[in-house]
Amino acid sequence: MSAALGAKVVPLAPQTATAPAHARLRGVTRVFDLPKSTLHALGPVDLDLAKGEFFSVVGPSGCGKSTLLDILAGLSAPQSGTAEFEGKPIQGVPDGVGVVFQEDASFPWLNVRDNVAFGLRRAGMDPAEINRRVDYAVGFMGLKDFAASYPAQLSGGMRQRVCIARTLVMQPRLILLDEPFGALDQQTRLLMGDELLRLWRETSATILLITHALDEAAMLSDRVGVMSTRPGTFIDFVETGWERDRDSRVVSTPHFGDITARLWEKLRIEALKIMSAGKG
Amino acid sequence: MTALMPRSAGTFLVLLALLALWQGLHLLVGASSLASPTQTVSKLASLLAAGEFWLNISETMRAFVAAFAISLFGGIALGIVLGVRKLAGNVAEPILTTLYSIPKVVLYPLVLLCFGLGISAKIAFGVMHGLIPITLFSMNAIRQMKPVYRRTSQVMRLSPSQSAFTVIMPAILPEIISGVRLGFSLTLLGVLIGEMFASQRGLGFLLTSAINIGQIDTIMAIALLLTVFAVTCNALMMRFDRRLTHR
Ligand SMILES: Nc1ncnc2c1ncn2[C@@H]1O[C@H](COP(=O)(O)OP(=O)(O)OP(=O)(O)O)[C@@H](O)[C@H]1O
Ligand SMILES: [Mg+2]
Repeated sequence: MSAALGAKVVPLAPQTATAPAHARLRGVTRVFDLPKSTLHALGPVDLDLAKGEFFSVVGPSGCGKSTLLDILAGLSAPQSGTAEFEGKPIQGVPDGVGVVFQEDASFPWLNVRDNVAFGLRRAGMDPAEINRRVDYAVGFMGLKDFAASYPAQLSGGMRQRVCIARTLVMQPRLILLDEPFGALDQQTRLLMGDELLRLWRETSATILLITHALDEAAMLSDRVGVMSTRPGTFIDFVETGWERDRDSRVVSTPHFGDITARLWEKLRIEALKIMSAGKG
Repeated sequence: MTALMPRSAGTFLVLLALLALWQGLHLLVGASSLASPTQTVSKLASLLAAGEFWLNISETMRAFVAAFAISLFGGIALGIVLGVRKLAGNVAEPILTTLYSIPKVVLYPLVLLCFGLGISAKIAFGVMHGLIPITLFSMNAIRQMKPVYRRTSQVMRLSPSQSAFTVIMPAILPEIISGVRLGFSLTLLGVLIGEMFASQRGLGFLLTSAINIGQIDTIMAIALLLTVFAVTCNALMMRFDRRLTHR
């Protein structure tokens, strides 16, 4: 699929069109064994993520987006096909991959600071460096005033930010985010999107973001993959063509309208399929 | 501070209400059926002043500590194994639940036959009551842990022991403590019942003798002592739980 190779080229890492993808899926499928039957949840999926690319996935609920993320994260193995990260087959969780899950994964027994520092401490990093990184991430996510609070005292959106910070401090080269802003209101979501863009520019990490918000996908991404209903496959790849230093103000441009319109055009058909299947 | 005031004030009010109720009941049914609070406390004081009573307390405590230690460590270890091994857990759960719902009185002759009269029978009675609840709570703690915690420890590439000690243990601790609190009271109950049936010493035995000769103030003094002990320990465990888990 040629569209998969056409991502924006990152200035920091010069590469040619033939450079190996940062992450690559080929013919990946996933089937779940249920007590009495099997459930074909995903694929076959082909995907190339270029190094430093900001890629978003949109698709109807239950189409296999989280399943796709699990495979890239090495949390589950594909039924068939191959998955590679940095040229090596994914077996178990690869080094350099960070994940923010769809569910709240903050640890209720640790305060915000200790939550964010958790991974670094387990990795045995030098305490001064841990402090530096944690301070930065806590400030970055707007959690400074809550550094000593426990998750039970925070809102759902803030807890999700704790999880994002906990992933960011590990400085992953590939960041997988599963609907991280789902619990936030529209305004905060746009602003958090700006923060995410800022982070992406600063780190040159590759990002895969799963979202159900078309505007979020259109505004943040270099490229958006649209998935069909289950079993999810990519039915369209939309290049946005934004500059690397974009921010949420692009939502007022006509081009933004064009992108969301194209995304919706594809997704509407999929959504209608679900509706009519539900009726039948 | 402001958050603490209402709680201690509330506890105080509840105590006061209980005392008033006790005194009221005493006036209603008469001193031969229910000793008054003051009678009970003064009886307890005089009992505590006698050395013989302390011998009985230490006898009961020895059996209780042993029984609770077995229920605690055995129950948590067994529960964790059954929680991790799905199949074993599925097989064991109904068996344990059924076993526990058998009235344990029917097993007493068997226990006496195996252990004879003495401390081992008392310990066995205690364990019979306390082990299964702690096992079931610990098993469910593992089974009901949010899967995302395990996934998080995977993506953080933790070693199995890191994952066990820094994620799974703190995650299941609140449930375990609930089980332990329940197991504590039930083990104490088991030991006392054991003493009532099968012993010549201990608080349970004192209770039976007092019941036989109708010494209402002794019965109530022992009951008061045991209540204060159980309630205090429970409160301490709850506090420990709140300290550690922040929920
Ligand atoms: N562990 C599992 N066992 C069985 N079926 C599963 C499992 N995980 C997911 N599924 C099924 O696979 C399908 C895809 O699930 P997935 O969570 O990937 O969807 P999703 O696109 O992330 O949905 P949403 O947008 O609601 O998060 C669903 O039908 C789901 O019920
Ligand atoms: Mg999902």
